[in-house]
Amino acid sequence: MAYLELNNINKTYGQGENANEVLSNINLHIEEGEFVAIVGFSGSGKTTLVNIINGLLKPTSGEILFKGNPVVDTSRERGVIFQNYSLLPWLTVYQNISVALKETFPKASKKFREERAKAYIETVNLTASIHKKPKELSGGMRQRVAIARALAMDPEMIIMDEPLGALDALTRGNLQDEILNIWNNDKRTALLITNNIDEGIYMADRIIPLRPGPNATLGPEFKINIERPRNKTLLNDNLEFKKIRNQIMEYLMEIGQERITANSIEYQLPDIEPKTFY
Amino acid sequence: MSDKLIKLVRFIGLGFLEPIIRLSKGEETKKNITLILKKIVAPLASILLFLLIWQQGSDALFNIEANYRIEKAFKEQGQEAADEMKLCIESGAIKCQPNTFPTPSQVKYSFYSLLKDHKIINADKKAFIEKTAELNKQRKKAGKKSLVYTGRPSFVDQIGTSLKTVFAGFLLAIFIAVPTGVVIGLSETLRSSINWIIQIFKPVSPVVWLLLVFMVVKTITKDSDIDSSFIISFISVGLCSMWATLVNTVMGVSTVDKDIINVAKVLKLGPVQKVFKVVLPSSLPLIFTGLRITLSVAWMVLIAIELLAQSPGLGSFVWEEFQNGANDSNSKIIVAMFVIGIIGFLLDRVMLTIQKFVSFNKN
Repeated sequence: MAYLELNNINKTYGQGENANEVLSNINLHIEEGEFVAIVGFSGSGKTTLVNIINGLLKPTSGEILFKGNPVVDTSRERGVIFQNYSLLPWLTVYQNISVALKETFPKASKKFREERAKAYIETVNLTASIHKKPKELSGGMRQRVAIARALAMDPEMIIMDEPLGALDALTRGNLQDEILNIWNNDKRTALLITNNIDEGIYMADRIIPLRPGPNATLGPEFKINIERPRNKTLLNDNLEFKKIRNQIMEYLMEIGQERITANSIEYQLPDIEPKTFY
Repeated sequence: MSDKLIKLVRFIGLGFLEPIIRLSKGEETKKNITLILKKIVAPLASILLFLLIWQQGSDALFNIEANYRIEKAFKEQGQEAADEMKLCIESGAIKCQPNTFPTPSQVKYSFYSLLKDHKIINADKKAFIEKTAELNKQRKKAGKKSLVYTGRPSFVDQIGTSLKTVFAGFLLAIFIAVPTGVVIGLSETLRSSINWIIQIFKPVSPVVWLLLVFMVVKTITKDSDIDSSFIISFISVGLCSMWATLVNTVMGVSTVDKDIINVAKVLKLGPVQKVFKVVLPSSLPLIFTGLRITLSVAWMVLIAIELLAQSPGLGSFVWEEFQNGANDSNSKIIVAMFVIGIIGFLLDRVMLTIQKFVSFNKN
């Protein structure tokens, strides 16, 4: 039995004629300690899928099991890093993390929580900004706070919903390495949702494309057998990397093409020619 | 140093002083001079213009009244009486001054006379307290009530009473509207079931509220000798003004950002924790906007309510002066009007400053 299991998940918004099936027949098995990436176009239902896995949404049908138990609600065992940071804007970096810690370790001593919060802020290199509010931080720094918050709660699995989607390429690269480092340290199970194939290949053990919705479903999986730690600069010349990248690209492009032909409308153009002026 | 001063000045809402401070430090002379012209000279000019129009207007009204009196004397008693009336008006004797809209200088004079009056009354009060101090001790020993000063209140005392009433009403509004708003905002069922009450009672006039409160309080305080006019007026003020806060609180609580709610869910906050750690802080800016409106509405309706409830305060001061019809009554009413306006403005400023403190939307 897998660590996280999604069996025949369907999610439909609306009812009757307005029903919009966003996800259909999703099957996903993640083993303990694995790093899985799901790539897909924007608007393909990635966030819906994440919210079902972390318990914020309920699937219309199908079964989702975490360590063998059905998922009915959010749980602190599954830490979530949201795309739009989702920090509490009226609290400082430290307070944002200590709120989470107070909930996770209600019986622990104040000192323990304080040290833990500081340690995780240190891990994401934000010690200098510990008393700043989210508004005073850059996008990358905010996402670091969100990462620190999720990790400080000591989840058994981290779910990341396009965590780096809104960041510039340089910050993105740095944070990818930071996340990988942290993941490497205690090998938590991780699920990364992304729209960036390179990011997926660089970070994950396994990469699964999501066929775009409506009726989004998971495509064939691609195993990435590149040894860790991976080197971003060398990766570009790695044959395995190129091969996987091309395969996934081809697959996604194919779907994209299918979608275009399926949706294409032939426009009847009037049969006229430009006039010639003398 | 000057940066700190500027920050402080901006914070208390006196931002127009900034260019003067900067100019005194010799920063950007040209720009700051234009700023001074814009922010200080232009408003001062508009005040002067206002006073000028006021003076001209009240002069015109005075002339109409004076001419009418002279003509009336002429018609009823002949030329001699008319001349006498004319002389009398020109001499400024009080007995034949027409009662009309006062000029700025009359208002200024009344303002000083009110202050003088306050000093006299204050001295009187002090003398009374000194005089009765010994007697009151004895009365206390004998288990009797001590004597209190029951003379007429001065204008400044009445401002104090009005402020007291408005704050009592404002506190009442906070204690009713904020908790109710939070509860209603959290539950969609409650919101739809209670909405009609809010929609119907919101536009009810202060006068009607006063009567409703009067009906209830009158019955409740039947056997006691509490000063019911104060109770009636502050409850009415509270009930009239709480709607803005109620509506804003409901809106703030029911429209908390979905991302923030998701955080609460992922952190697994309990219902009480969720309200205090997530819902309330994130709706605080809206609640404070509501409180600001509430306070200004409270101050506005207070005057009307005091006027009707016969409770001491600026409202009853205005009404009494109007009934009084003395020579300087009209100018005293104008003084009260300015005092009411300025206090209302200051109250709003205080609320704005507090609002800036709790708002996290701005940097």
